[in-house]
Amino acid sequence: MRAFRLLAGYVGKFCAGGKDVSCAFVTAPQLPVTGWTWGTCLWQGRAMPHDHDHPHSHLPSDPALRVKALETILTDKGLVDPAALDEIIDTYQNRIGPKNGAAVVAKMWSDPAFREEMLTDPMPRLKEMGLYGRQGEHMVFVENTPEMHNLVVCTLCSCYPWPLLGIPPGWYKSDAYRARSVREPRKVLAEFGVTLSEGQKVRVWDSTAEVRYLVVPMRPAGTEGLSQEALAKLVTRDSMIGAGLALEPGA
Amino acid sequence: MSRVHDMGGRFGTGAVDPDDNATFAKTWHERALALNLACGALGQWNIDASRHARECLSTADYAGFSYYEKWLGGLTDSLVAKGVLTLEELDAGRGYGMSPLADRALKAENVAATLAAGSPYTREVDAAEFAVGDRVRVRRPARNVAVSGGHTRLPAYAAGATGQVVLLHGAHVFPDSNAHGLGEAPEPLYAVQFTAQALWGDEAEADDEMVLDLWQSYLEQA
Repeated sequence: MRAFRLLAGYVGKFCAGGKDVSCAFVTAPQLPVTGWTWGTCLWQGRAMPHDHDHPHSHLPSDPALRVKALETILTDKGLVDPAALDEIIDTYQNRIGPKNGAAVVAKMWSDPAFREEMLTDPMPRLKEMGLYGRQGEHMVFVENTPEMHNLVVCTLCSCYPWPLLGIPPGWYKSDAYRARSVREPRKVLAEFGVTLSEGQKVRVWDSTAEVRYLVVPMRPAGTEGLSQEALAKLVTRDSMIGAGLALEPGA
Repeated sequence: MSRVHDMGGRFGTGAVDPDDNATFAKTWHERALALNLACGALGQWNIDASRHARECLSTADYAGFSYYEKWLGGLTDSLVAKGVLTLEELDAGRGYGMSPLADRALKAENVAATLAAGSPYTREVDAAEFAVGDRVRVRRPARNVAVSGGHTRLPAYAAGATGQVVLLHGAHVFPDSNAHGLGEAPEPLYAVQFTAQALWGDEAEADDEMVLDLWQSYLEQA
């Protein structure tokens, strides 16, 4: 391991050459091959001089054609089963989405013991409920209160609790949201039409690790008699990111 | 020190568009996501390496690419870097012969189980140096200390700031190591709370706060 670290350091320096490193992949065990290899920053023995030498530039420039070309190549080689791609897409379009998170929030509003479980040790119960999986291995629920409004972002990429909310919307992945929600969260909330109450603080959670945060919005007034199913309809996707509030009944 | 993906706090990005609501605005977006997941199942890289592949896009590509183009760029570069595909195949738009990895290809009937299985990042390591309530200072500068220009999950805006530990997450795989094939090197992970003004100066609201998940080696006792 030490040798790998030393090698990695050397490779990094070599690639940098005192300048910008355009590709700093390092997988020491993969060295030393000709061709473009992670960590070597080499293409056929030479340091990659320009960004356009990245392999992705060898595919068609139109992104729709680029995807199609890559799928064709991978399918030719037996690496991708197009039916599996259809299945993945169907999963995130039709089966896994914000309804999952909304059901959990509605249950937290209705069932104090369940709420306590979600706030202290949610994973065993989420697994039981079939709400565990990729990008939702380590959930933390954060509750909004009259004193505190929570907002979740991933400034470094687009981390998001997939099993509970599905795949993130475009704005969550945008440069503008990633850049600004940490520096000026109140302005961003205003752009979403969220009005904070007097004296309410804002706490922004930047998802820098594999922990995934889900905001539990405040339960709206006048919902005392509603069933969990009816309550869940008030829990929007945006309210579980913190970029919205739960809907008022009858809204 | 940081790469182009390190967006936190940046000026000049324009307004957030709340109407940009779609999960997949175009059909090829969903295909790009599915290709990424299916190729991940080939077991040639981990999530940290795949993130780093996207971060290694040139600044021009990163700024010019739409979201799923970044994913495609990182994926294509990774497939070639790992020898799964060749440039000749990319140029030709077709694959030459069956891959030795073909038996690992994700099958439709295994998709649900694979997605539901997840991939926990916690590891049994008992080495927490800090406790809830401890004051900690973030290492400065924010960089990968083992690999120049390497992957790190320490955003530049937090470097040098002092905050307070609010949650212990247990030990998690360390991305700065794992992304580069240097082992999982798990470390205690903490949620650390900062005042907004500690990070952004007095432009920020005095009472507002931020929380980041930070690995132990990003931190020192304050």
